[in-house]
Parts: sequence; C-alpha cells; structure tokens
Amino acid sequence: MLRYTLNRILLMIPTLLGVAVLVFLVLRVIPGDIVEVKLSAEGNIFTEEQIRAERERLGLADPLPTQFFRYMGGLLRGDLGISLWTERPVLEEIGGRIGLTVELAILSTLLAVIIAFPLGTLAALFRGSWLDYVIRVITIGGLAVPSFWLGMLIILALLLTVGTLPPLGTTSIFADPAVNLSQMIWPALSVGYRYSAVVARMLRSSILEVLAEDYVRTARAKGLAEKVVIVKHGMRNALLPTVTVIGLEFAFLLGGLVVTEQVFNINGIGKMFVEAVVLNDLTMLQGLVLVVATAFVVVNLLVDLLYAALDPRIRYQA
Amino acid sequence: MSEVAIRPEAAVESDILLDVADLEVEFHTGNGVVRAVDGISMQLHRGEFLAVVGESGCGKSVTALSLMRLLPPKTARVRASHIMFDGLDLATLPEPEMRALRGRSMSMIFQEPMTSLNPVLTIGDQITEPLLAHLHMTREEADGRAVELMRMVGIPEPERRLTQYPHQFSGGMRQRVMIAIGLACEPKLIIADEPTTALDVTIQAQILELLKDISEKLGIAVILITHNLGVVAAYADRVNVMYAARIIERGTAEDIFARPAHPYTVGLMRSVPRLDKPRVERLATIEGMPPNLLAPPVGCRFRQRCPIAEERCQQTPPATQVEGGDADHTVSCWRTDEVQTNAATLYGVETAVEAAKAPHGNKVLLKVDGLKQYFKISLRQGLMTRHVDIRAVDDISFVVHEGETVGLVGESGCGKTSAGRAILHLSNPTGGAVEFDGRQLGKGNVAAVRRDMQVIFQDPFSSLNPRMKIGQILMEPLKVHGLRPDKASRIERASELLTQVGLYPYMADRYPHELSGGQRQRVGIARALALEPRMIICDEPVSALDVSVQAQIINLLEDLQREFGLAYVFIAHDLAVVRHISHRVIVMYLGKIMEVGEGDILYENPLHPYTKALLDAAPVPDPVVERDRQRIILEGDLPSPLNPPSGCVFSTRCPIAIADCRSIVPPLRAMAAGSNVACIRAGE
Repeated sequence: MLRYTLNRILLMIPTLLGVAVLVFLVLRVIPGDIVEVKLSAEGNIFTEEQIRAERERLGLADPLPTQFFRYMGGLLRGDLGISLWTERPVLEEIGGRIGLTVELAILSTLLAVIIAFPLGTLAALFRGSWLDYVIRVITIGGLAVPSFWLGMLIILALLLTVGTLPPLGTTSIFADPAVNLSQMIWPALSVGYRYSAVVARMLRSSILEVLAEDYVRTARAKGLAEKVVIVKHGMRNALLPTVTVIGLEFAFLLGGLVVTEQVFNINGIGKMFVEAVVLNDLTMLQGLVLVVATAFVVVNLLVDLLYAALDPRIRYQA
Repeated sequence: MSEVAIRPEAAVESDILLDVADLEVEFHTGNGVVRAVDGISMQLHRGEFLAVVGESGCGKSVTALSLMRLLPPKTARVRASHIMFDGLDLATLPEPEMRALRGRSMSMIFQEPMTSLNPVLTIGDQITEPLLAHLHMTREEADGRAVELMRMVGIPEPERRLTQYPHQFSGGMRQRVMIAIGLACEPKLIIADEPTTALDVTIQAQILELLKDISEKLGIAVILITHNLGVVAAYADRVNVMYAARIIERGTAEDIFARPAHPYTVGLMRSVPRLDKPRVERLATIEGMPPNLLAPPVGCRFRQRCPIAEERCQQTPPATQVEGGDADHTVSCWRTDEVQTNAATLYGVETAVEAAKAPHGNKVLLKVDGLKQYFKISLRQGLMTRHVDIRAVDDISFVVHEGETVGLVGESGCGKTSAGRAILHLSNPTGGAVEFDGRQLGKGNVAAVRRDMQVIFQDPFSSLNPRMKIGQILMEPLKVHGLRPDKASRIERASELLTQVGLYPYMADRYPHELSGGQRQRVGIARALALEPRMIICDEPVSALDVSVQAQIINLLEDLQREFGLAYVFIAHDLAVVRHISHRVIVMYLGKIMEVGEGDILYENPLHPYTKALLDAAPVPDPVVERDRQRIILEGDLPSPLNPPSGCVFSTRCPIAIADCRSIVPPLRAMAAGSNVACIRAGE
C-alpha cells in the first residue's frame, strides 16, 4: 500500500509539469495585451513609449524562452510569479480567495452525500415501488435544474419568506463560524442538490448491480441477516463507482463555480478566473490553472487511494 | 438465533432428512407466468448423495434455490404441500427461523467460484461469517475453526491464506473455499449446484472427490445438481432425472444407468459419447429442443420429441414403479415397457456407414511446423515496466490429412485455442510455419487460403453479429470473396446452406437472438461452409450446448465431413467428444504437445502421465465402471504461464517425475504402440 502511494505521488510530478508547460504555451497564443488595458484603466493618454516601458518592466518584452525558463524556475521554487494587474504575488492572491471555494466545495460535497446516500440506497432497495419513483423525480429534477438558477430561486424564496436576503459578502469561518455557515449554506445547497442527484443515481444503480452478484447470494445462503448482507457485502462494493463520481465532482468544484459565485457574490476562485480572463492577467491565469490542476490531481490521488483501501484487487496490481 | 429453529418434535430423528411434496415455483415475467418447477416430490435420506440431472432450463437449479428459499420473493412464487427438512416445514417456516437454518443445517455451493466470493473481504472473514452468526464463536475460535476447515478441504498454508483475498486464489481453490464455507457449521445437507462446470476436468475430479469424502466422513447429505452424466455415475447414490420442470424418472444410480425407463433418459445417455470404449455407433439425437415453459405441452412434456409418443401421451403419465429394479425406481411414462424392451433401437437404426467415422485420405492438407505464439504482457514494477512473453503455443508441429479430424485437447490455458487462431493467422504467429495444401501462409495469401480454411467458434451467442439477419451473415463471405456476384444467387446459396445444416430457408430473415443456441451453432457452421472450404477449425463448437443438442451438432459435423470430404481440427476440452469424432488426437499442456496418436490407441493406452491423468479425471457415464475405477488425481493447479516450469512443463504436477524432468525438455518420440510422446519416462 505504501509503495503504491509513493508510486502514485511520484507519478504526479510529470503530470503537473506537463500541465505547467501546456498552460504557458496556450496562454501565449491567446490574443490581447494587459498593458494597454492597464494603462487605459488609469484614464491617461499613453504613448507607444510608455507601453514599451511597461512591457519591459513586467518582463513581457523578453523572448519567449526567457519568459518560459523564468516561469519554470519560479515554479520549482514554489513561486508563481507576480500578478500583472495587482503586481502582488499570485500565490498570495489565490491564497486569499481559495479558502471560500474550498469551503463551498466541502460543504456541497457533505450536503450531497447526506442527501444522496439515503436516497440512492432507498431507491435501490425499493426498486419499482412508489418510493423509487418519488426519488427518481427528485434526482432527475436535480440533474435538470441549473444550479445558478436554483441559487436565484433560493434567494427569491428567502426574500419572500424570511424577508431578508442572505447576507452578501462573506465572513471567514475562522472569524465567526455561525455567520459564515448561514452565508455559505445557501450556495452549497444550490450546488449540492445537483451534485446529490448525480451521486444518488450512481449509488442506486451500483447497489442494484451488486445485489444481483453471486457473492450476495452466497452471503444470503450463509444465513446472514439481510441488513448484514446489504451493508457488509453490498455497500462496500457499491461504494467503489460512487467514490469515483464524488471525487470527480469534488475536484470539479475546486476549480471554482463561475456562475454560482457570481450569483451569491462569493469572492472565490471562480470569480477570480473571470477577472483574470477579462483583464488578460497571464501570470494570474497561469497560477490559477496550475493550482486547480494540482487540486484535481491530488483529489484524484486521494480517490484512487480510497479505492485501493476499499478494493484489495487494486492494491496488489500495482 | 439458531436455537429457535430446533423444535422439540425434531428431536425424534427419522431416516428421511428432506421430504418435498408437490413443489411448484412460478416466475411472473413480462411475457406471462413461467412455471419453472411443476409439482416435484422427492425424498432424501440422511447422508445420501443424490444427483439431480437435466439440461439447462429444466428447473434443477430453481428447485435447489427454492429449498434454500433463496429465490427473489418479488418475482418467484413458491408453493408446496410441505417441504419437511429435519422435522421443520420449510414451506411455512418464518423467515428468521429459515435464516437460522441457512448456512447452519443446510448450505449451498454455487457454480461460479470466480464470482461467488466477495472480492473485497478476506477469505478468513468469509469462512468465519457463518460460525460467528450461527455458532456465536469468538473471533479467535472462528479463526481457528477456519484454519481447520481450510486444511480439511486441502488449501495449503491455511494460516497465511486466511488473510488473503479471493483474487489471490485459483478457480479450484476458490471452490474449495466455498466448500469450507458450506461445511463450516457441519450442516446436515449440502446442495451443490453445478460445482465443477466452470472448472477443468482435473480440478473437477479434485473437488468432487473432496465433496464425496467429506460428506461420507461427516454423514452429510448432498444434492448434486449437474448436467454431466459421468459425474452422476461416479458419485451419486440416487438420481432424479428432470425434464421441463418435472422429475420424469428416479432411482438408484445403478438402476437408472442399467435400466433407463424413460425415453428421455435413454436419449440422454445415448447422446453422450463414451470415453472408455471405442466408437461403435453414431450418437443418438433427440430431435428438437425442450419446450418453452411459458406454454408447455399438455400431458407428457417430452411427447413432441419422443420417438414412441402416441395418443395416450396427451395425458400426464403418473409415476409408476419400474419392474425389475429397486422399489424406488419410478418413471413417468405410459410406454415404459416399450422403452425397456427396445432401448437400443428407440432412436432409430443407423447404417454401418454412419456408425463408423468417415475414412480419410492420405494427402497432407495442413502442415504446422514449429508454430509459436507468444503474447507480450507488461508487468508494472514501480515506475518500471517489465515485458514478459507468455508462451501460449510453444513450438508445436503436426499435420492434418484430407478429410481427417484431428482433435486438440487440453485444459484451459493449454494453448489449444491460441494454436487454432495462429494456424488461421487470425493472430500473428511469433514463429514457425503453416502450410496449407502446399502453400505457405504468409502476408500475401492469407485471404486466399482462408477461403479453404474456415472456423467455427465456441460461443454461438456472441460470434454472430446481433444486428445482421441470418441471411446477411451467410451472404457476407460470398460477397467478400466474390463467389456469387449477383444477389439472387447469393440468396439461393444461403437457403441451400441453411438446408444443409438442418435449418429452414425461411430462417434467413431471422436475427440471431430469435434462434436457440443449437440453431445458432448451426448458423455458425453454415457460415463456415459458405465458401466451400476444405478444412474447418472447430474451436469448442459444442461446449456451450446441452448434451442432446451437442449430439445433433456432432452428427451434423460428421455428415458434412462425409459429404464434402472436409478436414477438421477439433479443439475441445471434453475428452469423450474428441474420442468420438477424431481420427487422431493431440494432447496439449502449457503450450506444448504432450502426446499425439490415433484416437483409440491413445485412449486405450495413454503413455504420457498427463494423458493418463486427464483420462482418469474424466468420469464415465456408467456406475459399474466408475465404482471400481482406480484413478490418479493430479494435485495442484496449472502453473502460471508467466513462469512455466523448467524442463518438462508438466514436471511440477507429474506423479512419476524424476530429477531429470526438471532439466530436460522432452522431445516428442515415436513409441512402439503408435503414439508420439513427449516424456522421458514413457514406456518404462
């Protein structure tokens, strides 16, 4: 198991290096120039001379290989460079805002799991009954309704019932957990509903599949109680595909929710992406993509490790 | 929990362990009600070994599952006058008490050892489960008992293997684990549902011997469900023969085999070839196929296929005692007197030509010389990948003459299928040469040679494209090879082919799923015949079929051989079938040829210890022969092809291996008896 883990961690390095190179190259191909945007934003009339000077100062005038090696060199030291817009370190900028996105992702995942597990399990155990149909309607609703629209409905519903909007802006969970949760629960719900639908449907079908397996029949033939058969022999096997789905969704959420963060005015990674794109802040975008990619790879690794813990066949293959 | 089940009246032990009366099982499906078990009554004595035999779909597995009450309650409806098991009526027993019996007093072993164990739990965990649930042992006691059980069923190093997972066990070992689980609480009854059908014949012998030994030692009654008459003859005390949801004949094994009283039983026995005797006749075939249980025929269920059916048979015959046999030999047939007096001619009298194998020519048609087929596989070791060759076929040479049938036998993994594919150049052989009719097969002429050399595959279900009509399937090769340029003549040829294989021209418009397994295999044969080949490679053509259908296909292949002078390479694991159909036989093990010889010579006088072991392992459908048979049962499993033994590949399992066998690769050498044998000790 330890060897397997070490192997997988080592394999992350080439993956992330590949991402870094790719991001660098792709961003250089995209047209647009932050310098002009920046200078015009200050409302001044600027000259060619000024543009060139600014480019020199930001290091954009250097030949591509030079820029590339500077960027890669920085990466190896854990330095993502300076934001071209704010001129503060990219890592610091992202660090200041990633907390909210991570919190939203974790909260949504928790909600999704809390909703999905009973729904998926009940739907599978009572397949074909009215309960299964009710759950099917709920989950298909979750798949069909876009989460930003659900977010707007939630805001509207709160306005009509309680009469107040959820407090906009955000308080850190470390400063005041209660206030923070009362703010974050609504966006988490709007994201978590769709998320739970995906997980519940996956869980339902994998439980059904597992309960039809020969080894479940063997377990029944041993005279085990039905509860033991389902939980011990059924659930653990049914969890395997479900864990994959949860992991992928979670990693996706870490990339930020562009629209939902907009709707609830959350200063997370999603909004940051939009800003960086609009401003053509290349170093910032590079940093964002790299951070998100790293999060994705790490979550995938965790899922695979969990998978290996659940399924002995994978442990020994490696 | 387990105490609840034992009621005071059960304390009085009767000799009868299980008494089933009028058992009916119905499945409610989208198409209607299927009565899978239709009024079965049976008795089982304590410690008795009962075989339930019948073809697929006859209701034998459903009977077993309904005794254990393991059928899904939503779709299956079980009714019975009573199912008395050890003083309890299982028909009315509340589920909690039933659960206390399952795994405690009655346990079950299933067909598929590869999927019957939970892949994510350790073997120890799975063996101890019933001990913890029923006998309330502590963890330590249960582990100790598990080790004891594993030792009893012959699993080496039980302490170490306790913490391993199912995927670290071979198929045969997994079935031993299943037996250990079944034995855990020392039940009174074990139901084994086709426990060895998925296993190789040498492993089958190990498992069945084990089951028989242990049940005798512990006085456990066994119900063995099987389609294999050899297994029945070798192990069963008594036999129930099932057909289309009913028991049609029952009795002691000796009686059933010596005096079969039902035409179906007679047909079943005459349709399996004998391993221990030279061929004296063609296989008997029962025409048609078992009835659809959605709408079974009124009266005797067998009458539509029965050669001696008459008016009376439209009424269901009662079970009557058979004269001359044991008191409990009963049969459900109106015409059983006729069956007993004329058993030999029941399924028609054959001509002498049909009875013998078709004679073959002396001209060499196929010459295989030093054929090798290696498969590269990659093993991940850390960040490195190691490439290893699997020698699926390792330097084999043989010839096939015009019109000759050469059987290729061996257990799974011996390379027989890979050899067939390499000969056809369906895979790229690693080395060696294949010469067909004087032409060496290479890149340029494979397509041309393939016209003359066709193939029939094992699985009639997956080898036909489900989206093509039968007619299209048959016409495709004609078009590809430009044999019949215009469509009208292709259609005509397709009808002709269908007729030749015993189907009807109107079936050209059907899709494969509309045909039965036997019919599909006939289509496979028709497709192979379409190009008028001179040789057909038959890869396990009958192993997916029931015995009565198997006989039909074998006879068809023989008729076609006689008519068109076809040569066959007949790849199979069933030794009796191979003996019946083949002129010469090649025995393979781990990619190498162990022995080659004329069929009867090789079977009468096997010289290679592996050939001997294979023949010993396969049971013969005759209890008289079986009861006195001394057999050598091979121990252990097939070695991993990744790491084959040095010297003779068989040396690790060979009962007569000596030190030299580990270092010398034995060449094939001709023996006085006529066979060629790759064994340095042969003939000693």
